[in-house]
Amino acid sequence: MSTTAPASARSSRGLGRPLQVQLPPFLRSRSARFLMVALGILVAYALPLLQPPFITTPASDFGGVMVTAGSYALVAVGLNIVIGYAGLLDLGYVGFYATGAYTTGVLTSQHAHWPFFLVLPLALVVTTVSGLLLGAPAIRVRGDYLAIVTLGFGEIITQVAKNTPWLGKAAGIKNIPPPPSIGPDEIGTDQDGIFQIPHLSWNGLVPSIDDAHKTPFLTFGVLDAIPYYWLILTIIIVVLIADILIKDSRVGRAWEATREDEDAAELMGVPTFRYKLLAFATGAAIGGVAGSMLAAGQGGFISPDVFPLQLSMLFVAAVLIGGAGNRWGALAGGVLVAYLPERFRTLSDWRLLIFGLSLMVIVTFRPQGILPPRRTRRALRAQAEIEEIEGDTVDA
Amino acid sequence: MDLSILQNSIAPLTLNDLFSNFWAYTITGLALGAIYALVALGYTMVYGVLQLINFAHSEVFMYGTFATAWVAVFVHGTKSVSQSLGNTIGLLALCMVVAMATSALVALLVERLAYRPLIKRGSPKLVILISAIGASFSLAEIMGLRDRIMGWFGLEDKLHNYVSQARNVYSSPVTVDPHKVFDFFGYGVTDVDLLVIGAALAMMFALDIFVRRTRLGRGIRSVAQDPETALLMGVNSTRVIRTTFLIGGLMAGAAATLYMLRIGTTRQDAGFLIGVKAFTAAVMGGIGNLRGALVGGLLLGVMENWGSAVFGTQWRDVVTFVLLVAILLVRPTGILGESLGKARA
Repeated sequence: MSTTAPASARSSRGLGRPLQVQLPPFLRSRSARFLMVALGILVAYALPLLQPPFITTPASDFGGVMVTAGSYALVAVGLNIVIGYAGLLDLGYVGFYATGAYTTGVLTSQHAHWPFFLVLPLALVVTTVSGLLLGAPAIRVRGDYLAIVTLGFGEIITQVAKNTPWLGKAAGIKNIPPPPSIGPDEIGTDQDGIFQIPHLSWNGLVPSIDDAHKTPFLTFGVLDAIPYYWLILTIIIVVLIADILIKDSRVGRAWEATREDEDAAELMGVPTFRYKLLAFATGAAIGGVAGSMLAAGQGGFISPDVFPLQLSMLFVAAVLIGGAGNRWGALAGGVLVAYLPERFRTLSDWRLLIFGLSLMVIVTFRPQGILPPRRTRRALRAQAEIEEIEGDTVDA
Repeated sequence: MDLSILQNSIAPLTLNDLFSNFWAYTITGLALGAIYALVALGYTMVYGVLQLINFAHSEVFMYGTFATAWVAVFVHGTKSVSQSLGNTIGLLALCMVVAMATSALVALLVERLAYRPLIKRGSPKLVILISAIGASFSLAEIMGLRDRIMGWFGLEDKLHNYVSQARNVYSSPVTVDPHKVFDFFGYGVTDVDLLVIGAALAMMFALDIFVRRTRLGRGIRSVAQDPETALLMGVNSTRVIRTTFLIGGLMAGAAATLYMLRIGTTRQDAGFLIGVKAFTAAVMGGIGNLRGALVGGLLLGVMENWGSAVFGTQWRDVVTFVLLVAILLVRPTGILGESLGKARA
C-alpha cells in the first residue's frame, strides 16, 4: 500500500472525490457530537421562524415550502430503504403515499370522523399490509420487472381512487380535519395556541423581530403552515432513529447482503425473499405515514391528481440524487427536489425543464449521488488505490 | 385519456355489450394494439441490447406525433378538413416519413446525451435509468415550452401555427373519414383499421427480417446475447447500440403517425401513458423478443378493449396493469420468453 498522497486526490475520472469531512479535534468527543446533533435539530425546528435570507422562498410561503420539503424528505427516507438498502427499484411508491392519504381521508372526513392520531397508526398498518400484499407476488419476479409491476400498481391506485364513488372519484376528499390543536384555536386570531412565537424578519443581513407575524404554538390552522412542519419534522426524526437502529441490526446486514449478492446471501442462510419483502413493507409504511400527513395537512384536501405517476419518478430521483443507501443523502435529495423548484419560482415555467436537465447532469458528473453511502466511498477509494498500484489499467 | 375516443360511439357497457359487439371491440383493439406493438419494439430492442428500460422512449414517440401534425399543418394550414383515406394517403406517407425521421433523430439524441456517456463509464443501471428519466422530463418540457424557446430566436410569430399555446392540446387539421371496406361478423371493418394494422405488421415484418438476416442485425443479436464476446469478435457495440436506438425511433415515429391518424390530437405529455403501456406490452410478450412485442401489443390492445367493454372505459388502464401482473406471476419471462439474443439464428 502506498503511504504517499491520499489516493482520492488523484482521481481524475470525474466520478467526484469521496467527501471527507475532517472534524476539528475539539469536536471529536462524544459529548461535542451530541451537542452538534442537538443544535442541528434545533436549527431545523427553528428554520421557518428564522426565515434566513437567500434560503427563504420569495414567491411562496416559506413555511408551506418547508412542509413540502419535509414531506418529500420523509418519503425519500422511506424509499431509500427499498431502493438503497434492499436494492429493489420501486417506481410506484406514490401508490403507498396515496394509500396512506386516502386511508386518512376516508376515516377522518369521508366516512367517519376518527381523530387523526388514531388514524395515523392505522394508515401505517394499512399501507404495510398493502405493501406485503403487493410485494409478495411482485418481489418474486425479476428486478426490472419489479419496476414495471410497481409502476402499474401506482397507476392502479390512482385510477381506482378516480373511479370509485366511495373514495370521492375525481373530486377527491375535502375538509380533512387537521391534527388536533393544543390550546385555543380560533382561526385567524393571533391569540391562538398556548403561546405565540414571533418570526424574524431580515433587512439585508440585519435581523429584527417581526411581531406582526407570530406562529401559535401547536395550533393546526389554515393560516400558518409551520406547526405542520414541526409535526413532520418530529416524525422524520422518529423515522430516522428507527432507520439507524434497523440498518445497524441483523436486518440491515441481511438487506445489504441480499442487495450485493442474492445467491451468496441465500447460501449463507439469509432468507432473502422475506427480507426483501420486509424492506418493501417498511418502505410502504413510511410512505403511508407521509401520505397521511399530507391528507391532514394545511389544505385538508386530496384528489387523484395529487398523486400522478410522475411523482414516483420524482421520488426515485430524489433518492438517487441524494445517494441511494445513505439516509442523509436521501433526506437531502428529498429536500432539494421539493425546495429548489420553489426557491427559483421566478423561473416557474422552466422548473421542470431545469429539473430534467439537472438530473442528467448530476448523474453524469456525480453518479453516486450527493452524499454516497460510506460503503460506496470505501469502494471508490479502494479502486483508486488499486489504480495507483497497477497504473490506471483497471476499468471502472 | 384520449384513447377512449376510439370507442366513444359504443356507450352502454356490460357483458352483453361485449358479446354483441365482440368483433368491433376486437378489431379496434387490434388496431390500438398494433400501435402499442410498434412503440414496444423500441423498448424491447433497447432492453435486449442494454438490459435497460428506456424511459425517454415515450418522448421519442411524442415528438413523432407532433411531427405528423406539423406536416399536416404545413401542407393544409390550420383550417380543419376531413377527407377520405384515398385523398390523404400521399400526405400520410409524407407525415410518416417526417415523423420517423424526427423520432429517430430524437432517439439518437437521447442515446448520445443520456446513455453513451454513462455506458462508457460503466455506471450502474439505476444511474442510467435516472439519466433517462431526466431526458424524458427535459424532452417533454422542451415541447411544452416550444413557444418560449422560439421566442428567443424571434420566430414566435412566424411559427405561430406550430408553436402557439404550447401546453394545450395540439391537433392535426386533417382528419380521415373511415370508410367501411367489408363486413366482418357484423362489424364494418374500415380502411383506417386495415391501414393501421397492415402498416404496423409490415414494419414489424421488415424489422424481423433485418434483425435475422442482415449483418447489422446479427451484430444486434450478438451484443444482446453476450456483449463481451461480441466485442471480442469485433462487433462495434457503440454502433450496435446506436442502431437499436435508431430503429426504435423509426418504429415509434411510424406508430406516432398511425396514432395521429386514429386519435388526431397530441400534447407534450401524450407519450407517458402510451409509453407505459407499450412497455407493458413488451414485458407481456417477453422483453427483448421482437415477436413478443407484437404478440404483447396486440394482446394488450384487445384485452384493454374487452376489459373496458365489461367494466367501463374508466377502468381501461386498471385492466392493463392487472393483466400485466397476472401474466408476470404465471409466466415471469412473458408469453414468448426473452430472446433477442437467443433468436433462432
